[in-house]
Amino acid sequence: MGALQSLSDEPEYRELAEKTGFSFEQIGILHKRFKQLSHNEDMLRRADLDTIPDLACNPIRTQIIEAFFDKRNFHQNGDGTVEEISFEEFLVVMSHFRPPALNMTEEQREKVRREKLRFLFNMHDTDNDGTITLEEYRHVVEELLSRSGALGKETAKGIADAAMLEVASISMGHMEPDEFYEGITFEHFLKILKDIEIETKMNIRFLNMDTTTLCNRDSSSIR
Amino acid sequence: MPAFSCAFPGCRRDLLVIVLVVFVGIGLPIEASAPAYQSHGTEGSHLTNITNTKKAFPVLAVNYEHVRKPFEIALWILLALLMKLGFHLIPRLSAVVPESCLLIVVGLLVGGLIKVIGEEPPVLDSQLFFLCLLPPIILDAGYFLPIRPFTENVGTILVFAVIGTLWNAFFMGGLLYALCQIESVGLSGVDLLACLLFGSIVSAVDPVAVLAVFEEIHINELVHILVFGESLLNDAVTVVLYNLFEEFSKVGTVTVLDVFLGVVCFFVVSLGGVLVGAIYGFLAAFTSRFTSHTRVIEPLFVFLYSYMAYLSSEMFHLSGIMALIACGVVMRPYVEANISHKSYTTIKYFLKMWSSVSETLIFIFLGVSTVAGPHAWNWTFVITTVILCLVSRVLGVIGLTFIINKFRIVKLTKKDQFIVAYGGLRGAIAFSLGYLLSNSHQMRNLFLTAIITVIFFTVFVQGMTIRPLVELLAVKKKKESKPSINEEIHTEFLDHLLTGVEGVCGHYGHYHWKEKLNRFNKTYVKRWLIAGENFKEPELIAFYRKMELKQAIMMVESGQLPSVLPSTISMQNIQPRAIPRVSKKREEEIRRILRANLQNNKQKMRSRSYSRHTLFDADEEDNVSEVRLRKTKMEMERRVSVMERRVSVMEREGRCDGEGGSV
Repeated sequence: MGALQSLSDEPEYRELAEKTGFSFEQIGILHKRFKQLSHNEDMLRRADLDTIPDLACNPIRTQIIEAFFDKRNFHQNGDGTVEEISFEEFLVVMSHFRPPALNMTEEQREKVRREKLRFLFNMHDTDNDGTITLEEYRHVVEELLSRSGALGKETAKGIADAAMLEVASISMGHMEPDEFYEGITFEHFLKILKDIEIETKMNIRFLNMDTTTLCNRDSSSIR
Repeated sequence: MPAFSCAFPGCRRDLLVIVLVVFVGIGLPIEASAPAYQSHGTEGSHLTNITNTKKAFPVLAVNYEHVRKPFEIALWILLALLMKLGFHLIPRLSAVVPESCLLIVVGLLVGGLIKVIGEEPPVLDSQLFFLCLLPPIILDAGYFLPIRPFTENVGTILVFAVIGTLWNAFFMGGLLYALCQIESVGLSGVDLLACLLFGSIVSAVDPVAVLAVFEEIHINELVHILVFGESLLNDAVTVVLYNLFEEFSKVGTVTVLDVFLGVVCFFVVSLGGVLVGAIYGFLAAFTSRFTSHTRVIEPLFVFLYSYMAYLSSEMFHLSGIMALIACGVVMRPYVEANISHKSYTTIKYFLKMWSSVSETLIFIFLGVSTVAGPHAWNWTFVITTVILCLVSRVLGVIGLTFIINKFRIVKLTKKDQFIVAYGGLRGAIAFSLGYLLSNSHQMRNLFLTAIITVIFFTVFVQGMTIRPLVELLAVKKKKESKPSINEEIHTEFLDHLLTGVEGVCGHYGHYHWKEKLNRFNKTYVKRWLIAGENFKEPELIAFYRKMELKQAIMMVESGQLPSVLPSTISMQNIQPRAIPRVSKKREEEIRRILRANLQNNKQKMRSRSYSRHTLFDADEEDNVSEVRLRKTKMEMERRVSVMERRVSVMEREGRCDGEGGSV
């Protein structure tokens, strides 16, 4: 991976900037954050992300942390999960949340949309088989509702079932009574979420100025 | 189809138009000659008192005076609504010309008719406008304001509303003053403050006009909320500028202290209005917590609290519009969790009805007032005003977008900017504010004429051409989408995902604060304002239950399960194959028997398409014997009766029991 220790490593940054589309300032800030989380080591582990206090009350934090260690999100056609990631892989995962540029053509926007939806799909499809089965979808809804208290699995099951039915109805249209709908493929996933305009919604603001010294929050999250 | 069959389709419409014209013809003389009846009435009673001879008992007598005022009001409203009805019977017309234009034209005709008769046409009384006609429209807009796009773009909206309006006012006022200095115009008597006052009146984008026009073009959500939000939030600026310049133009001089006080006043007016609205909103939410036994009056609480919020803030010269919006926005989530489904429908329909009537009346009166009002025409002034309006709007939007785009994640494209600039319509608020100017202003008539011309120009020219322009520029339109549970799940999923990723990135962003607000809301506020145990219910479940309720009601009404997405897919298609299935032949037999049974029930339920309560239980055995068949049949009937019971419970507006899923 090379020596990413010094911030002024221009050639490294240039390569990363080209690969992920971030600016040099943004890469610098994210690198600082990476070092803060990993306690100045080269590689980041799950336990490091577990200690972030903000994630503690997030209902889907396991999925979010898993997404960082999922090889499918590294754009290298890999499969499975890893135990620790480098800064480059961290940056590639983060690049899924960059907003599309102002003057993109329609097909570039389509590409961005596919990429973001692929990220979401990978989060749901935990067993890497290319489809989201009913069990996996139920798990997703259960996790979403898990923080909300004592409403139990029945409601989650009902909602997941209704959602699956909707996907099947939209994608397949007509099925014989003994045919079986295996699961949501990526194409079906694209179809049901095409109205949600994900390229404008799934973005966060990446800072261009270094304000991490101002909000010195996770310095206390030492193991 | 009518009994008298017409050879050509236009016959029926023509007949209705003739009926309307006759109505108008009868209605107008009644109103116009009302004073005549008044004198007759008093004379008559005088005579009988003096003579005191025995007269025949009056079997039939006319006493118009008794009912005059409500009669006239009702007649005006009825005429307005008949006009509205008439437009929609002429299909090609309503597709090309927006309704607001047609209503103004009708107002012009009515005003002209009244003038021809020789009576004085009524003018749009400012008090009537601000206290009766405007609140329903604003409440309707505020109560149904789409919160998510509004809060995502609130920064942009505020910049457009505050800075944009200020820019418009000063730019126009300043340039008009410069114009008046030119000798040839002949308006050298107009001083700077009067021009600035005029600029502040005419610079504000009008919510009524924007609503009326944008309603029909179905533009995409972002642009819609930008223009609409701006038209609502600029009220504070307008109120402050108007009062400021009116005060100053009486005094004549401006000091630095006055300017500073003006700025302070702006904050007081806007934040004060929002605070008043929020207080009344919380009161309404709290009241609705206890209305479970008096469901019938629930809608009234919503309307009255909102109206009180408006009146209270108007009393203190705060921004009434912002108070109404704040009240509606604050009370909605809590009230909707507390009130019954029927009350919700009532509120929705009453608000839409009142705002529709108000809008119609406003536009008609605008037309009538144009005919009535005193006019002072000055070509240069009026034409310059119109041109300056457009120019300042375009410059303002372009300039502000340039700055705003540096801070936005999703930038505004040129097309968006164009529609935002072009959609800045002026309307009745500007006219009423102009009308409120005291007669001591020597330029009042000139200003009124110029305001009316600007309003006509924006409503007619911009209103009519915006639809073809939207088509021409291929601006993104609003997607007509049905509520989809997948989208709802993923919207919530995205919220949590983005909050989490922001946490990983390490900075307090938009989603972080939203999450904090939601948690505060859930733990403290909802506990106080929502009745019963419902405050623990997450949004996803509330959404799902609403969908179920709607479907159940539709089913009861139509007698069959609604197929939103016509398909033959049912639960068995998605249950995992691990469950052994009954053979197809057996399935058909079971279905036949069940169908025969179900025919006897009051609700004829179909066993195909979108049935969540279909045939197979999770634990089915391999051999299907007669016993098994009967058991299955009984199970089905049990499910059917449970579903019937649930539906009738829902109908009686009890709360659904906790189960939202499978029976």
